[in-house]
Amino acid sequence: MKHTIKELEDIASQVRRDIVRMVHGCQSGHPGGSLGCADFMTALYFEIMNHSTDFTMDGKGEDLFFLSNGHISPVFYSVLARSGYFEVSEMATFRKLNSRLQGHPTTHEGLPGIRIASGSLGQGMSVAIGAAQAKKLNKDNSIVYTLHGDGELQEGQNWEAIMYAPFNKVDNLISSVDYNGQQIDGPTEKVLSLDNLQAKFEAFGWHVINSDGNDMESIVKALHYAKTLTGKGKPILNLMSTQMGSGVDFMMGSHKWHGVAPNDEQLEAALVQLTSSLKDY
Amino acid sequence: MKKYTYTEKKDTRSGFGAGLLEAGQKNHEVVALCADLVGSLKMDAFIKEFPERFFQIGIAEANMIGIAAGLTIGGKIPFTGTFANFSTGRVYDQIRQSVAYSDKNVKICASHAGLTLGEDGATHQILEDIGLMKMLPGMTVINTCDYNQTKAATIAIAEHHGPVYLRFGRPVIPVFTDPDQKFEIGKAWMVNEGTDVTIIATGHMVWKAIEAGEKLAELGIDAEIINIHTIKPLDEAAILKSVKKTGCVVTCEEHNKYGGLGESVARLLSTELPTPQEFVAVNDSFGESGTPDQLMTKYGLDSVNIVEAVQKVIKRAKK
Repeated sequence: MKHTIKELEDIASQVRRDIVRMVHGCQSGHPGGSLGCADFMTALYFEIMNHSTDFTMDGKGEDLFFLSNGHISPVFYSVLARSGYFEVSEMATFRKLNSRLQGHPTTHEGLPGIRIASGSLGQGMSVAIGAAQAKKLNKDNSIVYTLHGDGELQEGQNWEAIMYAPFNKVDNLISSVDYNGQQIDGPTEKVLSLDNLQAKFEAFGWHVINSDGNDMESIVKALHYAKTLTGKGKPILNLMSTQMGSGVDFMMGSHKWHGVAPNDEQLEAALVQLTSSLKDY
Repeated sequence: MKKYTYTEKKDTRSGFGAGLLEAGQKNHEVVALCADLVGSLKMDAFIKEFPERFFQIGIAEANMIGIAAGLTIGGKIPFTGTFANFSTGRVYDQIRQSVAYSDKNVKICASHAGLTLGEDGATHQILEDIGLMKMLPGMTVINTCDYNQTKAATIAIAEHHGPVYLRFGRPVIPVFTDPDQKFEIGKAWMVNEGTDVTIIATGHMVWKAIEAGEKLAELGIDAEIINIHTIKPLDEAAILKSVKKTGCVVTCEEHNKYGGLGESVARLLSTELPTPQEFVAVNDSFGESGTPDQLMTKYGLDSVNIVEAVQKVIKRAKK
């Protein structure tokens, strides 16, 4: 372990502060899913991945991460800045004119740490598979990680990719699904049920593991275990249950904070619940 | 009129297959992807020589474009292959976000473009693909005219960094360009120098333009014929230089008149040098089943249509 669980939890708390402050600062963006994935993203960038903040697009010899559900860009920007890809002060430009921190992540503005644009949903797994297969051709044993929304899995391209990866033994791929059960128009169960996701992925040939995405110990343990499963002929899926809005009580468990920014009062109410471990930007 | 002859006829897609093999031999980073159309795209020779660098995706074009984008991360130069319709319209958003906006070095190679796909009919005959692709910022758009040019273009795009749409076709047509040519992206090819009219043609219409040039010479009209193989970026200097001399222009393409080469030329001329122009192109219509020759005749894409357009535009220029 590079960090103790407590240290990772403290970083995740700072990441949550960054998220609500960024979204408040421009009065737009997606706090709900970002907060729900703060623990996972912290674990990935501060504990699990072997990665270099000396950014190269090719990422040869290092682990790669692809965010498919690009609307949770605040959590992505926060972990990138906090792990040293760019100055934390740049978070203040989020979603503002001439910023590298676009509403949805992009390579277009040259922000270190981003390797593909995402936002139009359902494209990330295909891209990650390509990157994973390039690693195999390059005899590079590092791992490719992805994150997907659960509602995002309603996009058909995912299932093309989900079918392709096991058949082609893309076993250097660890995908995670942010299983919060919420989407813009309501609970996934009511909009278009994903039903038994574990059974679906297993039927397509994936090795599926489960974790509690808002319990740092659970998520770190699951991802360490996932790493031991690579190289065995199957892609790995981490089915990660989360709470949208996790860490801010009045944002939790509802789709209402999917794409709404807090006002000044709500920001204060959120920040008192989140300790600042690394100083605000 | 310069004399063009040919000793054999071949399909442009075979030029792609030969070019892909050579590009693969020259650079080990070149990889190929196909969505269940290996035979149609003439990829067999590449697959035989480089099996580990070929990815059979299955009938899943969206996934193919995404995987190609991912392969560039790691330094690969992916060439995707399927029909033009499934290379563009079907996967527009994947190309837009994962390739063009993300500036990925993907070569989207599209066979069976236009009407000359023939009997399969309109579901497979895309006439909108040039427009779709040229609207994407940063996308290079190339439509080749014969086997040799397609082969040379395929090799050239492997050496060019950035997303490319390479459009070619199915029918067997004359091979009339230099087998040893060096393909220069964005550089027009002067097919015939003339003074009375500028005929600008792309793809299968270049040979038709040469046939039209011969007929026009018999009628006493000295046509300048330019091959624009790269629709984007457009060789504006070559077009303006020619049109300054001739004062009128006819554009020829196997594509909808909306969104194609003709509109790119019109946009250029309307701002730089307003000039009478006629369009030999499909008149905002879908295609249908038939032989390639029957379809080119029915939809007004024969050399006789070019001759008529030239006569019309010269009259307009004289007014």
